[in-house]
Amino acid sequence: MTLFEAILLTVITASTPLLIAAIGELVVERSGVLNLGVEGMMIMGAAVGIAAAITTGSSAFGVLAAVLAGMAMAALFALLTLGLATNQVAVGLALAIFGLGLSGVVGAPFVGVQREGIGAIAIPYLSDIPFIGPVLFAQDPFVYAAFALVAGVSWFLFRTRAGLVLRACGENHASAHALGHHVLRVRFLAVLFGGACAGLAGAYLSLVYTPFWTSGMTAGRGWIALAIVVFASWLPWRAAVGAYLFGGVTILQLHAQSAGVPLPTQLLAAMPYLITILVLVLVMRLRGGGAGPAALGQPFVPDR
Amino acid sequence: MTTPLLDAPLLDATGLVKRFGALLANDHVDLRVMPGEAHALLGENGAGKSTLVKMLYGLLQPEAGHIAWEGRPIHLPEPRAARALGIGMVFQHFSLFDNLTVAENVALALDAAEPVPRIAARLAEVSRAYGLPLEPAREVWRLSVGERQRIEIVRCLMQDPRLLILDEPTSVLTPQEAEGLFATLDRIRAEGRAVLYISHKLEEVRRLCETATILRHGRVVARTDPRTETAASLARMMVGSEVAALRHAAAPPEGPVRLSVRGLSVAPDDPHGVGLKDISLDLRRGEVLGIAGVAGNGQEALFAALSGEVLAPRAEQIILDGAAVGRADINARRRKGAAFVPEERLGHAAAPRLTLSDNALVSGHAASGMVRHGLLDRGRMLGWVDAVTRAFDVRKGPRDPEARALSGGNLQKFVVGREVLRKPGLLVVSQPTWGVDAGAAGLIRQALLDLARAGSAVLVISQDLDELLEMADRIAVLFHGTLSPAEPVAGLTREAIGLRMGGAA
Repeated sequence: MTLFEAILLTVITASTPLLIAAIGELVVERSGVLNLGVEGMMIMGAAVGIAAAITTGSSAFGVLAAVLAGMAMAALFALLTLGLATNQVAVGLALAIFGLGLSGVVGAPFVGVQREGIGAIAIPYLSDIPFIGPVLFAQDPFVYAAFALVAGVSWFLFRTRAGLVLRACGENHASAHALGHHVLRVRFLAVLFGGACAGLAGAYLSLVYTPFWTSGMTAGRGWIALAIVVFASWLPWRAAVGAYLFGGVTILQLHAQSAGVPLPTQLLAAMPYLITILVLVLVMRLRGGGAGPAALGQPFVPDR
Repeated sequence: MTTPLLDAPLLDATGLVKRFGALLANDHVDLRVMPGEAHALLGENGAGKSTLVKMLYGLLQPEAGHIAWEGRPIHLPEPRAARALGIGMVFQHFSLFDNLTVAENVALALDAAEPVPRIAARLAEVSRAYGLPLEPAREVWRLSVGERQRIEIVRCLMQDPRLLILDEPTSVLTPQEAEGLFATLDRIRAEGRAVLYISHKLEEVRRLCETATILRHGRVVARTDPRTETAASLARMMVGSEVAALRHAAAPPEGPVRLSVRGLSVAPDDPHGVGLKDISLDLRRGEVLGIAGVAGNGQEALFAALSGEVLAPRAEQIILDGAAVGRADINARRRKGAAFVPEERLGHAAAPRLTLSDNALVSGHAASGMVRHGLLDRGRMLGWVDAVTRAFDVRKGPRDPEARALSGGNLQKFVVGREVLRKPGLLVVSQPTWGVDAGAAGLIRQALLDLARAGSAVLVISQDLDELLEMADRIAVLFHGTLSPAEPVAGLTREAIGLRMGGAA
């Protein structure tokens, strides 16, 4: 394996959790709900995922538990913002802080416990292709899942009636309700999906990326995922571009730092943020988009 | 499907009751629509018309009463159930999605899952058959109000309804667009579909419908054939008393110009909005100038530019009593004797959670002496509320309630009265009687007219052409951000104004 291939592999592993979390939040926001608690759901996924994996000895069970943990956090958010129509920004921020705290408690018994990470799955024959093979077809299952998610969500949103209804709820909930669509039910399911994705992204961190638990190990990735959704103009493929750009520049600047590039390390550390925002803003300018779902963040109370 | 007997009602609702908190919106309402009939539902704002049809469409659940469809009792838990029976509805405030395409908007209202391209093809077919041209792939925000209404109607027709409910369909149309709608409705009726037509425009109802049910305060007060009634007799039934005609003092001799606008252009504030293009107008002392136009043709930009909420590019583009104020903010303009009443009464003209006295201060602090040495003069503020209450018959519970506690009509009387009582030299008012009952509307129009005749200059921006024809001395038409020259009302016809509202002249 060449150095270049090795760098590409680390780029993919750095980008995957961002992409999974961003796709989930993208669906949530398309339905008109702003859940700022991605960071909290993600870290709960990481903590519960590794706790379950160590306790049961099964990585698959760990992943399942992480997804359920993310969904449980999302259900709490949905109960408050959809059921009781409270302020989504406030509850989302609270969820992020709550998740960071609670994950510390859940993960405390497992600090420093090392375990084998989930390995790569080499796709027969395809992975033997020189260069492309090991980079694209010898990855861990999460990488494949991330791209399946992007393609699936894109197809769902723009090619299915259910996706159309979901987008309609995000554009104008009063009209969607007047046509007889169940706005709150659609939004609840979208929020749950977002929670599941955030939990899955968390599981990736604690089961694959760094296969042990340290508190606060999401390190702000939930917030990056939120930003990617906005700068990607709520389009799934653009979110993939944003996530990979961010992951890519993160790894490259680390290599640049170790190679002794004569730039302040603080500037290099800021590069992923600067470049991702710059590129996605340019894409927005050139290709349009950027307005966002019109009813984003607005509570809906049907009059019955 | 069996052929219904000619004398069996298509829809028969009896004793419907709906309550919102303390308000009894529908009090044992009966409504009977015969097959193929054009049935009018008449009533003032707040009479309970919309509540009634929402129950018939499954959007609201009645607390008591029964609905029968072709003689069979039915229960409508949601709009889907109503659509399945053959009840279609065209909403007053369109239930469209601006960022979605026409075809997607139609797909959302159909209950069977159908691929959007197939819907687009069917849509083209239906819209051709009914003479309602529509482009399936266009986004809704690019369309005119008339085209948007076509989407609503076409998507109802695609469900092959037996009963089509239209909630105030002409309130946003030009007279010519309304004529087009009537022709479509005639065609729909010729196919044997019944139409339930909600309106408070009496001439339309007399032209279109053969039966009318009239609601007042949530009760049915009359059932009649509108063709045998006069507009005045229908109005009497709706309001419950005689509607006073506006008292016109003689038009004043031509006074000096108080407001002069020259070559004013303003860019739209958002990509979907309409700005102003090279607007010029003169407004004289003693006159009422009406600005007609369909909503969304630059009314908001014009109000913002005249009030100073958005500054003009150059100061001399707006001249108030000889002073160039184009670059002056709203308070500077108020100090020069101008006053402004925006369209949206709750949220723009008045802060919902502030008391009336605080709201009086919000617009009057610059010019009404309510602030002295930086301190609020509570007594004077309350006095102002009392004065407005007396002069404009504002009905409220406590002396100084929050603005949101007032009904629409009473709050509108308050926000107009708050400015009129200051005796401003110039009053700019947008949609002064939108959604206000006939009594309050008459009072507000009379106050504006009296203010002008006492020496002020009054500019009224309104979508209600009847209102402008009734009170304005001259009328100009706003279309796509350009303003036609103002002409005396005496020489204008509805048709001439209507053509300009549609951009045809």
